[in-house]
Amino acid sequence: MAERLVAERLAPTPSHTVGPFYGYALPFPEGGEIAPAGHPGTITVHGHVYDGEGAPVPDALVELWQAGPDGSLAGAGGSMRRDPVTGGFLGRNGVDFTGFARIATDADGHWTARTLPPGGPAAAPYISVCVHARGLLHHLFTRVYFPENAEANAADPLLASLDPGRRETLVATAAPSPGTYRFDIRLQGEGETVFLEFR
Amino acid sequence: MTLTQSDIDRELARIRESREKARAEGAPAADHPPRDFRPYRSSVLRHPKQPLVAVQGDPETVELHTPVFGRTDVTAIDNDLTAQHQGEPLGERITVSGRLLDSRGRPVRGQLIEVWQANASGRYAHLRDQHPAPLDPNFTGVGRTLTGDDGSYHFTTIKPGAYPWRNHENAWRPAHIHFSVFGTAFTQRLVTQMYFPGDPLFAHDPILQSVPEPSARQRLVATYDHDLSQPEWSLGYRWDIVLDGPSATWIEEGR
Repeated sequence: MAERLVAERLAPTPSHTVGPFYGYALPFPEGGEIAPAGHPGTITVHGHVYDGEGAPVPDALVELWQAGPDGSLAGAGGSMRRDPVTGGFLGRNGVDFTGFARIATDADGHWTARTLPPGGPAAAPYISVCVHARGLLHHLFTRVYFPENAEANAADPLLASLDPGRRETLVATAAPSPGTYRFDIRLQGEGETVFLEFR
Repeated sequence: MTLTQSDIDRELARIRESREKARAEGAPAADHPPRDFRPYRSSVLRHPKQPLVAVQGDPETVELHTPVFGRTDVTAIDNDLTAQHQGEPLGERITVSGRLLDSRGRPVRGQLIEVWQANASGRYAHLRDQHPAPLDPNFTGVGRTLTGDDGSYHFTTIKPGAYPWRNHENAWRPAHIHFSVFGTAFTQRLVTQMYFPGDPLFAHDPILQSVPEPSARQRLVATYDHDLSQPEWSLGYRWDIVLDGPSATWIEEGR
């Protein structure tokens, strides 16, 4: 079929909420395991999603996308590896770094991912986050930056453009143990996370 | 006080009026729903109050790249929701076909489309769905596929039923299929719902009515296409999906 390039921008399909019932469709086993199994450089990134009253959001879906430690954004397939016999999920293949995670929050609004620290290409490496939930008519993008990159973070155009109080919502805190980073997502109100739009 | 459908209809009418007024005064047409849309009660505490912060992408922006999905991620029958169990599911068998395009009309190839839906009785195979309509042992309601070289996708399924929800008293969702779509950039990520033509519940549904423009709402409604119907087998619907947001190729071409 010949490609038809249109000069006029085609009007986009509008967004809708993911609703409350995606749970048997979108999450998959090992969805939070981005790092190859047993990799010694693995870090844990985790947090809660809260609503405007500070209540945990138990039906959010958090998606992460990031570069590998070498800065590569090539990713790899196999996040949702399927069993061709049963149709079930096989989980990750244990070797490839896919760069992608999808985690449904639990009853406490908590999510956890195990990954490798992102590298460049950006001077201040970050993990891109896309949040979906019932009540969110349009998903929200944010970013996880890391506290040990203080100098690079200070030079990052996005972080530098924000008031200090808001900037800190994008920087994970190293807690509760080394190699573990906490990143809470506050959808509304006090400490509201900085959310992004791309142009 | 219990909120009734009439209360919601009045809220929707007020919002429609103020939108029409704003448009008449030159406000730009919005393609997507606002995140703060009071008639959809779940949005009240779940939308940010601060404006979004705009990011100007350069080619090294992580969000201008996208996760990779390939043949290990789908199996051959994943796009046939009627073939996942021993028997045929109950309901009206349909096919849904269309193309995934970027905003310049180019096909988006080899990307993952996932769908999920209620069964013909309007019940999800989800533990928390307590609607007292029958579950169908032959229907789960989950599918996925990769788009073809021309951006095309194809699902065989059952027409889902309308179902009640608890946004307000006597609230009913029009029949719909949920879609989750990836593009060539993470910025193009789309989660949405496809509706069926002529549903009398459209006007009463705060989720569909959250989309401001009538023409934009129409883009969420599939078209019945008799050429897609198969004799003695299924009814065909066509629905094309157009992704929003910058893509990496825009940057490469210097926009």
